Amino acid sequence: MNAVENFSRNPKTKSWIKHIYWSCESLPSPAEGGTLIPFGLGSSFGDVCLNDGGTVLITRSMNRVLNFDEESGIIRCEAGASLDEILRFVVPRGWFLPTTPGTRFVTLGGAVANDVHGKNHHRAGTFGCHVTRLELLRSGNRRFVCSPVENSDWFAATIGGMGLTGLITWVEFRLRRIRSTMIETESIKFRNLDEFFDVCEGSDAKFEHTVAWVDCVTRGRGIYMQGNYADSDTGGLKPHGEQPFNFPRGFPSFALNRFSIRVFNQLYYSRQLRQKTSGLQHYAGFFYPQDAVKNWRRVYGTPGFYEAQIVLPLDSARDALREIFKQAAKLGQGAFLAVLKKLGSVRSPGLMSFPRPGVTLGIDFPNKGPRTRQLFDKIFRIGLDAGAIFNPGKDVLMPPECFAKTCPNWKAFSAFVDPAFSSNSWRRLTKGLL
Amino acid sequence: MKMRIQKALIIGATSGIAQALAGQLAASGATLFLAGRSKEKLDLMARDLRLRHGVQVEVQAVTFEEPANHAAIVQRAWEWLGEMDAAFICHGVLIDQKKCERDFEQALHSFQINLLSVVSFLGDLANRMETAGRGSLVVISSVAGDRGRQSNYAYGAAKAGLTAFLQGLRNRLFPSGVRVLTVKPGYVDTPMAAHIHSLLKVSADRAARDILAATEKGRDVLYTPWFWRLIMLVIRLIPESIFKRLKL
Ligand SMILES: Cc1cc2nc3c(=O)[nH]c(=O)nc-3n(C[C@H](O)[C@H](O)[C@H](O)COP(=O)(O)OP(=O)(O)OC[C@H]3O[C@@H](n4cnc5c(N)ncnc54)[C@H](O)[C@@H]3O)c2cc1C
Ligand SMILES: NC(=O)c1ccc[n+]([C@@H]2O[C@H](COP(=O)([O-])OP(=O)(O)OC[C@H]3O[C@@H](n4cnc5c(N)ncnc54)[C@H](OP(=O)(O)O)[C@@H]3O)[C@@H](O)[C@H]2O)c1
Repeated sequence: MNAVENFSRNPKTKSWIKHIYWSCESLPSPAEGGTLIPFGLGSSFGDVCLNDGGTVLITRSMNRVLNFDEESGIIRCEAGASLDEILRFVVPRGWFLPTTPGTRFVTLGGAVANDVHGKNHHRAGTFGCHVTRLELLRSGNRRFVCSPVENSDWFAATIGGMGLTGLITWVEFRLRRIRSTMIETESIKFRNLDEFFDVCEGSDAKFEHTVAWVDCVTRGRGIYMQGNYADSDTGGLKPHGEQPFNFPRGFPSFALNRFSIRVFNQLYYSRQLRQKTSGLQHYAGFFYPQDAVKNWRRVYGTPGFYEAQIVLPLDSARDALREIFKQAAKLGQGAFLAVLKKLGSVRSPGLMSFPRPGVTLGIDFPNKGPRTRQLFDKIFRIGLDAGAIFNPGKDVLMPPECFAKTCPNWKAFSAFVDPAFSSNSWRRLTKGLL
Repeated sequence: MKMRIQKALIIGATSGIAQALAGQLAASGATLFLAGRSKEKLDLMARDLRLRHGVQVEVQAVTFEEPANHAAIVQRAWEWLGEMDAAFICHGVLIDQKKCERDFEQALHSFQINLLSVVSFLGDLANRMETAGRGSLVVISSVAGDRGRQSNYAYGAAKAGLTAFLQGLRNRLFPSGVRVLTVKPGYVDTPMAAHIHSLLKVSADRAARDILAATEKGRDVLYTPWFWRLIMLVIRLIPESIFKRLKL
């Protein structure tokens, strides 16, 4: 067995490793009669891609482009293809992803299985909203195509299905037309949460992409970033380049403490001098600022970090956010990266899909042991009281009661789980429930 | 003298190294004829190459155990490509040595796939290229053929046979201007070496880059990566009276 890591490096696991190389291959059987979970690029913050003591099935070699219609922008690729690779293929042809997470280092299978969303959720919904068909390969080598009209129940279970319904071998989805790689951006500083909500108000109608970085140390100041694809062809259709920097190995985890985090946040906030700036930015800088530094998660050292993503109903969001920031400060837990965004009402076909209308906070805390876990207990409680939903795809610590309460579809979903598939996440979240 | 490969036949095209070769050749605009035992895999590969690189690709299923059909396949490729600049032969199978010891059928299979089927393809290709007076034959052998070791000699012997066959062929074809490149990979990250955990393992892309560069330069023997030439030199220098006692 080998050590297998997700993005947050938590929990630490050991698994048998198997590979699948072709979408037409039969499903490899799990080692030693155990269970199996597909593993894309391991960019999950949660333990959905981990299977301690079982087998992880690596899909990256299965990364071929199978169909592309230049007119309609419908593309079909094997599920191990990364968004990075897909962008290199589609951008020069005048197309872009329908929506994208904050990193291009995720596979298509991972994007579907976690039903990822991006800065344009208020317009486009989740990635799953743009999937037209996919093929599922289940144990016993049953293979079938799913879409909103064929095997639609399996389609719904697989989008946001956290890899549990079977292996997705290929995905067909709709791209978005672009004229250039540039984004016309605007960024606005806000001094507190009230100002954040005010800025949101006007922004969503005017901008396709919106997101805010928030400094949780000061409890709510931040920078609101918004943008639209440029509608002229200035800048051309040249895709992104290689990653220019690599974060050094062995960065000491003690370097990340509440003081350095405060300094970082201060610098980040002060980077922008004026209250409002605008400009033209390549999509790589706008959508994937963190991808500029390869392995940046090494900043957390081996203890890694924990992430929580929560969506709060609009009416209770302000108070709940304040309370979360307050608790973090009380426990001396600074957060490096906290992101706020208003989610829209476009519904995903996914049964277990996380996004829904409201305000979402994504926040990660360096792993400082029991202190951090205590903070998460508080966050779960605050969330539950405020009627929040937690993203199981980014979670490592949610207790089963919280899962059952906030993901009521889990029971219907469990009927679709392949008997040969399981993950750390599924075992943990359904402990005592199934 | 450098030559550019514009038309190529790849046999065993679904192998990890061959896929990397095909990707790099297609990226430089080459027309490709792919042969391998799985039509389904070849079709997936061809779709990707055509879409990504806009090149022409044809595929052909092959039964490696049936040499009687190989000449017809070479003919089809030759005619479809309209001669060829290079033919790459990449298939191979690493059968567990212990199995070969228990069961002669297994050892036979190793020779069949790794040696006989390759020789059968080479015969017809060599004759055609010799007549044309140009072309490169690029064949993947292995460092395992440099010395027989207890851990994999059924495989190693087939590769050693192949290496010797290629030496003779190179010698024969030299006057005609046809080049023969013997490729000896170390550990390459493909399904064949999935069980090997070594810091010396390189990506299939790296191996393919080396192979294409050596083909273009008209080299005779390539170790990829290069340091395997030194490692194998040392291994070959060990006297047999000592070597036989080692656990290698
Ligand atoms: C810097 C950064 C920024 C991010 N920003 C966002 C964001 O803005 N929005 C957002 O939604 N997410 C975001 N994420 C999370 C990330 O997009 C998701 O976790 C994504 O699912 C990771 O994809 P992956 O290919 O690495 O999958 P993995 O992490 O390897 O796996 C994720 C899940 O997909 C399943 N899976 C993978 N391949 C298959 C397959 N072929 N068939 C079936 N199941 C499969 C796995 O079993 C697992 O359950 C971010 C992550 C990082 C590191
Ligand atoms: N990887 C290494 O470390 C390494 C080291 C030294 C030499 N080599 C040599 O490099 C060449 C390429 O191998 P690779 O590393 O790219 O391996 P690979 O990806 O495992 O490919 C093996 C290839 O051989 C084919 N094959 C396997 N068993 C076969 C059989 N019984 N009959 C017919 N075809 C069969 C496979 O066809 P399918 O796709 O249909 O299965 C595939 O095309 C081989 O000649 C190998 O001996 C590899």
